Amino acid sequence: MHHMTLTELAKGLKAGDFSSRELTSSLLDRIERLDGDINSFISITRDRALSAADAADQARAKGESRPLAGLPLAIKDIFCTQGIRTSCGSKMLDNFQAPYNATVVEKLEAAGMISLGKTNMDEFAMGSSNENSFYGPVKNPWDRTAVPGGSSGGSAAAVAAGFAPAALGTDTGGSIRQPAAFCGITGLKPTYGRVSRYGMIAFASSLDQGGPMARSAEDCAHLLGAIAGHDLRDSTSVARVVPDYLAELDTPLAGLKIGLPKEYFGDGLDAEVESAIRDAIKVYESLGAKVCEVSLPHTHLAVPAYYVIAPAEASSNLSRYDGVRFGHRCENPVDLEDLYKRSRAEGFGDEVKRRILIGTHTLSEGFFDAYYRKAQQVRRLIRQDFMDAFEEVDVLMGPAAPTPAFDLGAKKDPVSMYLQDIYTIAINLAGIPGISVPAGFAGKRPIGLQILGKHFAESQLLNVAHQFQQATDWHRRHPSDQETT
Amino acid sequence: MAIEHADVLRAAHLARLGLNSDAEAAGYVDDLTQILEMVDRLQAVNTDGVAPLSHPLDATQRLRADEVTETNQRETFQACAPETAEGLYLVPRVVE
Repeated sequence: MHHMTLTELAKGLKAGDFSSRELTSSLLDRIERLDGDINSFISITRDRALSAADAADQARAKGESRPLAGLPLAIKDIFCTQGIRTSCGSKMLDNFQAPYNATVVEKLEAAGMISLGKTNMDEFAMGSSNENSFYGPVKNPWDRTAVPGGSSGGSAAAVAAGFAPAALGTDTGGSIRQPAAFCGITGLKPTYGRVSRYGMIAFASSLDQGGPMARSAEDCAHLLGAIAGHDLRDSTSVARVVPDYLAELDTPLAGLKIGLPKEYFGDGLDAEVESAIRDAIKVYESLGAKVCEVSLPHTHLAVPAYYVIAPAEASSNLSRYDGVRFGHRCENPVDLEDLYKRSRAEGFGDEVKRRILIGTHTLSEGFFDAYYRKAQQVRRLIRQDFMDAFEEVDVLMGPAAPTPAFDLGAKKDPVSMYLQDIYTIAINLAGIPGISVPAGFAGKRPIGLQILGKHFAESQLLNVAHQFQQATDWHRRHPSDQETT
Repeated sequence: MAIEHADVLRAAHLARLGLNSDAEAAGYVDDLTQILEMVDRLQAVNTDGVAPLSHPLDATQRLRADEVTETNQRETFQACAPETAEGLYLVPRVVE
């Protein structure tokens, strides 16, 4: 039961093999028993989960028909949950109980899903290893000396460890796809604006996007259908019909045109990762897809452009934490400036401060044109690279990350950590969707294949990922009990 | 473009971010120097005539009708505030 997909669990509930209460209670027990070392959860909401499970069981007895009803999941602690701590991985919000629910939380509740709790993450989603959390690092369930990736590291680890069949994550520069790759699960970053950001704590507002993390593309399709859609409370959400993401899953891939960006197979790519990705491409060829090389010539500028745009937007978004309206306040401030400065100095961790400082510096008088305006111009060139490539091919494929999960504590300087996101960051700048699917191992550590599509091509990405998962079983592997106990 | 100690102090002040010591500031000078060296790769590309892209779908801000749609929830929203009295947020005295 602990490693079944949502689709399988839904069948089990329907057939009466187990109740939602039995399922939920079994997962909560497992989390209690085994998460002490992995640290994937910040808050566990046992009582709420069990009463929601009871309600789901009662609804089922009366002829419940919602497909996701009674199924548990975990929620990244960046989504506001009314009456439950929403920390965003930060001391700043350690005492924050959100007064409202994020739109996606409301939608999942309306679908009858049951939240087990809130997952660990890099503070304010700034990080690629989950080592920047106020609540301590998360360990990779496949190898506890490795990071789970970040920033949605707790969500990815919880799904891999058999604590939750699925989780919500967010992705600003790779924060769904890279931890999904490192933990051997499936993670989808939708098109910018596809999923409401209302109640999703803001990091970089022109890049942030929430999405599903699960054990199969089919499960991601179910979840995306439940959370996507226009929201009047998020002015950046897109008013566009949400298709049935399950409808195209079984479409054959014969004739699909796959582009391999040559820049994603260059220097710095680990040999074992490359070999696993090349093997995955061969699977697609055997399914009738046609493969060619393409070029995204501005790829090398994605990380530099991102580290102007994301910190600039973050420095603005994080100015709301002032010690006045909510969040951490220092003791005995002598005046208002002292209150601001000390509350923020005490409440934010090192990486968050670093990004606030870069963002403030690059936006300040005399530097704006050279940094922010320049980065936005380069952003257009990066997006154009993808649009040109999609004139020739249907989807792009490559590795989700240049290496498998690295060791805890291995990346000491910020820039080497930032360069981890070299294959994921451009996708956020362009606003296109991307999915990472399990595609092999380097030793004990999983490898993720990244598939990229045009704006709003989620149905196609899910189809392409699902067909791979019909032909391979990488997504069905899970860490052995020995590893997890 | 290099970043100096004074730039970090200026950014910290603008961001109302307290730095505890000169050593802490010096640490950020080193980190930010490294990051801005990486960022400076942007300067090598010619972007003449390229319009800045601020929204990945080139969308513009949607406006709604100027109507009252929310009810007053002051008590709910102030429940998570560090210090309030009579519906006001309390801070150290600003005007003597």
